[in-house]
Amino acid sequence: MQDAASWALNIAALRGASYADARLADDRSRALSTKNGKVGSASDSESLGIGVRVIADGAWGFAASDDLSRTAVEATAARAVEIANSSARVKQHDIHLAPEKPATAEWTTPIKIDPFTTSVEQNLDLLLKIDSELRSVNGVTLAETNLNFRREEQCFASSEGADIHQTKYTTGVGYAAYAFAGSEIQKRSYPCSYGGQWQNKGYELIHELKLVENARRIGEEAVALLKADQCPEGVFNVILEGSQLGLQIHESVGHPIELDRVLGMEANFAGTSFLTLDKLRTLRYGSDLVNFVADARQEHGPGLGTFAFDEEGVPAQCIPIVTHGLFTGYLSSRETAHTIGLNRSGGTLRAEGWNRLPIIRMTNVSILPDEKPLTCEQLISGTDHGIYMETNRSWSIDDKRYNFQFGCELGWEIKNGKRVRMLKNPSYSGITTEFWNSMDAICSRDEWVLWGIPHCGKGQPQQVMGTGHGASPARFAKIKVGSAYRGT
Amino acid sequence: MLTQDRASDVFQRIKRYSAAADEVEVLFYATHNALTRFANNTIHQNVAEENVVVSVRTAFGQRTARATTNKLDDESLKRVVQASEALAKVQQPDPDLLPMPDAGEGARATQTNRYFEQTAAITPEQRAEIVRKIVSIAERHKLTTAGIVSNSEFVEGIFNSRGLADWHTQTSSEISITMLAADSSGWQKANSPNVANLDAVHLAETAARKALESAGPREIPAGKYIVILEPAAVLDMVGFMFYDFGGQAVLDQRSFLNNRVGTQVFGKNVNIWDDVAHPLQSGAPFDGEGVRRQKVQLVENGVVKRLVYARATAEKMKQSEHKDKVGPIAPTGHGFPLPNEMGEAPMNIVFGTAADPKTTDQMIASTERGVLVTRLWYIREVDPYEKILTGMTRDGTFYIEDGKIRYGVRNFRFNEGLMHMLSNVEEMGTPVRASGEESFDMVVPAMKVKEFNFTEVTKF
Repeated sequence: MQDAASWALNIAALRGASYADARLADDRSRALSTKNGKVGSASDSESLGIGVRVIADGAWGFAASDDLSRTAVEATAARAVEIANSSARVKQHDIHLAPEKPATAEWTTPIKIDPFTTSVEQNLDLLLKIDSELRSVNGVTLAETNLNFRREEQCFASSEGADIHQTKYTTGVGYAAYAFAGSEIQKRSYPCSYGGQWQNKGYELIHELKLVENARRIGEEAVALLKADQCPEGVFNVILEGSQLGLQIHESVGHPIELDRVLGMEANFAGTSFLTLDKLRTLRYGSDLVNFVADARQEHGPGLGTFAFDEEGVPAQCIPIVTHGLFTGYLSSRETAHTIGLNRSGGTLRAEGWNRLPIIRMTNVSILPDEKPLTCEQLISGTDHGIYMETNRSWSIDDKRYNFQFGCELGWEIKNGKRVRMLKNPSYSGITTEFWNSMDAICSRDEWVLWGIPHCGKGQPQQVMGTGHGASPARFAKIKVGSAYRGT
Repeated sequence: MLTQDRASDVFQRIKRYSAAADEVEVLFYATHNALTRFANNTIHQNVAEENVVVSVRTAFGQRTARATTNKLDDESLKRVVQASEALAKVQQPDPDLLPMPDAGEGARATQTNRYFEQTAAITPEQRAEIVRKIVSIAERHKLTTAGIVSNSEFVEGIFNSRGLADWHTQTSSEISITMLAADSSGWQKANSPNVANLDAVHLAETAARKALESAGPREIPAGKYIVILEPAAVLDMVGFMFYDFGGQAVLDQRSFLNNRVGTQVFGKNVNIWDDVAHPLQSGAPFDGEGVRRQKVQLVENGVVKRLVYARATAEKMKQSEHKDKVGPIAPTGHGFPLPNEMGEAPMNIVFGTAADPKTTDQMIASTERGVLVTRLWYIREVDPYEKILTGMTRDGTFYIEDGKIRYGVRNFRFNEGLMHMLSNVEEMGTPVRASGEESFDMVVPAMKVKEFNFTEVTKF
């Protein structure tokens, strides 16, 4: 792999690049799923290639190829320079990168059990056992499970002398029960929806999640929802369970703080951001209890945004995003750091694979738990009247990240500190900063989970990547509830 | 680029390596993609990619699995065959798995030409020149612009051990443009296999006009409005329902068409086909098993007439409790590569032309009070059986009064049922090839819809 990187960097320099980096990635994944007692899909895949990124004539070029022969690698590097030269025909200013000391490093996700050493029989047995539990509940009409492993080995070398070798493991698992009757379909998922929980862990994640133990309850809740009352429309105190809060953070904090969006670079597709540069250190993003960090370091946990170096060789960092409610930081790169007065990148440039240009992506954007002990049950018992919502069912936010609406799978009305009735089709909506300023309680560390969102889309061509979001359940005052069904 | 001859050679090698399997199928995908991206009147990202993917499915009796690689050397091909076999052998037999289709099931009458040399041959300099023209239009209007200019060529092939072999080559070109003013924006997008069909200047001028005309957007209250949806907005909405037209979705009872096939689901002016051979369509004329894609009328005068089927789904449906309630049951060539959970879906949607199609200007002229929507964004399903969708308007939303566009308005959130929407179409345009961001490309008209349900207004 290192030979190929050297070939690419040499040719890029010879063709006139002022900067170049080469990234080789060897990606292996396994995807297994079941549906109603049968294997739904069973597939292994591998992908190996090189991506070469250059600056020539003050502009960017990128080329990627699956062919790692010397001839092809050199042609790919030459193509990247040719593309950069054409980019220079339409530029307003030259690209300048924030300085970064070139690193030589080797890092691997610390895992206990390499998931690829587990047998497929063992994997399928687990999924079919869960499936059987789900379908043992009368009224469950569809049961689905999934199990995913990924190992991504990557070598990064730059013309500045960086030489970084990283190997990242990811495990994801989840299941869902559906109940169809009359004129409605209800669904419950575990540990969360849309593929379940994903972390940078080995097979040990599977052992931690009590998957089989929770399956029957999930099936029963799916069926019970059919007879539950419709979530009322109105203004309520709302308590969000941790995985839903994680998605809320992703959409209404993680995306608006991406500096490329703020600077207009995503205006055609993913959109821009309400967080214009004048808001840094002046905007009250949330209440005093609200503290967000973007933390890619290992000590934050095994999130999908955990690594040692980003994909332009910048070490993982912890960036304070919101501190006691005040907006304090963006996600940045070597190209964009100067726009917010930084002389170093925040280390958030990431790519889906060898064939994609790294762009600013969330790392682990997390809300910090309360330091005072508070369990979810205590939070509920301390609530006079409100609605508890659990597990995402739908999500949508405008292209500047102001107005959002989320639907959840399951709700409970809370009266006098107790869950009094199950509610179906709960939803809530609001404006980002108004919402976070309404947060009046958040549970403590023992309720905090680093959730994984595996399918975040951004960029053109679109790149789908994983992000991490630590969250514990939290309460929000006077939230608009139920407008998803208003007038329909 | 990978040729059919070379792919055939690779298939023969894989067949030798998988001699122990009862059957083997190989899918080939090869791409040359290039995309020039611009923002703030500058090219800021500019990429090219070459890749070949070989995907092997082996079958041992009623057991099957797939493994995929992007390496064509002998060692890699042996490894991918072994991976597929290892996954297949440990499974329990699937009684619904059929033998692979033979050459007869893959046979097709015509090959639509979707490969255009002038699209494949576009250089980075030519893409930069197109961007330069777009930027000059933005600068002339004192706007900034962001977007993409891209071109690609790709091949898709399938071979199996029962003699089926098919191959499809195609090019694609795309231009997407956003024009930004201080407090407004406009957007246009188009794609075609033939770059000669794209008019960057027209797209840029239209996007610029929308940005300028929507400047200083006013807030009008949420509520039910007559809404004129441009084709991209229509496709991004209706794209959410077509996975439910697969037979497997009905068998799984996750389709909004459960108990609704054969009934009046939409207005009588709605007719929908799936037709891969339509001149404005794109894509391969065979499905994930190599079966010929057939033209299917999904909706006739608002009544859902039939579903689409992969081979195995059709057999399952014939044995199911639903068999008398879903119209004709037969394989239609819409299956995804096996094994999969989803079954099939129609992916070449063509809406029928109305008896009296209207231009968007005519629709505006006949509207006393309404809203014109250029584009929708972040659409998600709120309710799977009532097919309620939520999402936002974006990049050019206008208030119409007394037959004229009056001013730009702040963007709305909608919560709208698809069945409700397609039952309230008052007027339609001539269907065009449209491209959005939330769904696959299709041939759809602009629509004038009454009682479209806006529930909230955002801040811009």
